[in-house]
Amino acid sequence: MTLRFLVLAAGMASIPALVAAQQVAVPTSEAQPADEGLTGSVSDENEWQDLGIAIPAFPTNQSVATEATGGTTEALGKNVARVVFNDLKNNGLFKPLGPDQLPAVAFPQVAAPAFDTWRGRSAEMLVQGFVKANPDGRLTVGCYLYDVALGSELARQGYVVKADEWRRAAHKCADMVYSRLSGESPFFDSKIAYIAETGPKDRRRKQLAIMDSDGANHRFITNGQATALTPRYSPDYSRIVYLSYLNGAPRIYVYNVGTGQQTLVTSSTNPTFAPRWSPDGRYILYSMAVSGNTDIYRVPATGGASTRLTDSPGIDVGGSYSPDGSKIVFESDRSGGQQLYVMDADGSNQKRISFFGGRAATPEWSPRGDQIAFTHMAGNFKIAVTDPYGKGMRSLTDSWQDEAPTWSPNGRIVQFFRTERGSGKTGIWQVDLTGRNERKLNTPVDGSDPAWGPVLP
Amino acid sequence: MNRSLLIAGIAATTLVLGACASKPKELPPEPGTAATQTTQPPMQPTGPVPGSQADFLASVMSDTVLFDLDRYNIDASDQGILQSQAVWLGRYPNKTVTIEGHADERGTRDYNLALGERRANSAKNYLVSLGIDPSRITVLSYGKERPIALGSDEESWARNRRAVTVTVN
Repeated sequence: MTLRFLVLAAGMASIPALVAAQQVAVPTSEAQPADEGLTGSVSDENEWQDLGIAIPAFPTNQSVATEATGGTTEALGKNVARVVFNDLKNNGLFKPLGPDQLPAVAFPQVAAPAFDTWRGRSAEMLVQGFVKANPDGRLTVGCYLYDVALGSELARQGYVVKADEWRRAAHKCADMVYSRLSGESPFFDSKIAYIAETGPKDRRRKQLAIMDSDGANHRFITNGQATALTPRYSPDYSRIVYLSYLNGAPRIYVYNVGTGQQTLVTSSTNPTFAPRWSPDGRYILYSMAVSGNTDIYRVPATGGASTRLTDSPGIDVGGSYSPDGSKIVFESDRSGGQQLYVMDADGSNQKRISFFGGRAATPEWSPRGDQIAFTHMAGNFKIAVTDPYGKGMRSLTDSWQDEAPTWSPNGRIVQFFRTERGSGKTGIWQVDLTGRNERKLNTPVDGSDPAWGPVLP
Repeated sequence: MNRSLLIAGIAATTLVLGACASKPKELPPEPGTAATQTTQPPMQPTGPVPGSQADFLASVMSDTVLFDLDRYNIDASDQGILQSQAVWLGRYPNKTVTIEGHADERGTRDYNLALGERRANSAKNYLVSLGIDPSRITVLSYGKERPIALGSDEESWARNRRAVTVTVN
């Protein structure tokens, strides 16, 4: 009991944005504490991808009014379970049953599941939880994962959130379930910056927009009067670096999400584009064309002098840091067509790594460090991955034009955009590293240039 | 007919204003003079305002040079086009231009921005080699963001790989 409470306290401490000081009263589970031996990772997806997971609505101790979606804590409990259900369903690895397919559970059952009933429904895993309204208007959401066959609790967490951030509690719950069952790091509680597209092909209106990883909380940042391209969230989500034709010419701006102010990343009169953050958020890589020759530069995110990292007469563009910040993968056409190169972070030791046939562009280093995703142009434009030495190249997609991969925070899923031949219509898609689970994200209008940020603290 | 009359009228007015600007101390024309001039379009050749974008388009072989796939070199036909542009720029030494560089849709976004920049610079450098002051030419890359041909086929892509000269003032 004490141990479990500490586990919960640790979970709270990892969410400083929430009310960390507040104790979370999670009902005692009658099940045995999780076996320490169950913490190992599941490496073979086939062992768990077809797991039957039941996610009934999260009951409330007392249904009261809340500002969160649904209006009451009872309605909210169903919405929370739906978000958890959709998160787990949409990554393609689980086949869950959600609150709209399952009977309701009573509040006391959250911590004391009716295992026999769930066994009868062929559920192997059970996700239960509850929603409580606090006097200050905040919400406490509890999340429990049970192994039905074993009749035991595998994990639990509690979250205290503001009413308008209730979806974050649901994403944290889905992250807990995903991590516990897959052995992978979480990724649902994260956000995406992208470019929303409307209008005809020759006069495309392109707006900077943001949304949660599941497409919720969508918001347009720019109004579309100036073409916006290639956004990247800063690692702490406080800023977005992107390209805008605001004053007629392409320039990189740093947009402050909190204040709505934006600044030029450099005062150069030359065009700047293809901005990228360093993993610690202290530097921005950008590409700049001087008299037609494009090279890669680094500048402190707060401004100051730029350092030129490449000096080939060809086009050197883009760039993506390894997670430890020691290396940069970028693209260059110095040998003819676009190919991938790796260099040290100071620009030294530039070496080509792509010898796959065709051209290779827009490399993005995985947050895990083990893979580089890129656009492979060989007939079709495909999303592909390779290791950092150019070995083990694999295509994850095969469509007419898939472009610009961005990694999920845990390095298991790659998001990209797909352009339709002829119409030029675009959409944001994602695919997992097996290449088998591909799906289109729902966005209000067409979308391109996705950039996935890290898991929220 | 009405339209060409109007254009001719504007042309005449512009000439009058130009004369005033260069000789500000000169007395204004006597009443009725300007009206007399603007009511004489049949006596004047109709056409675009000299030095205007319309005049530029009417005077040069083309405002656009095209590029091969992934290329940015100025070939013989491009040279002819740019030479005709240089002649016009020589005729109007106060005019500045922007050269817009473009790429086709079959490329990645960042690279195409760099490629459009490179193409526009090729055209600029050729004009400069013909004696045009580089300070009169700015370049602007749109990458693949502004196609002129909307198909997804070789012909459309060939038309979109271009550098377009646009007069500024």
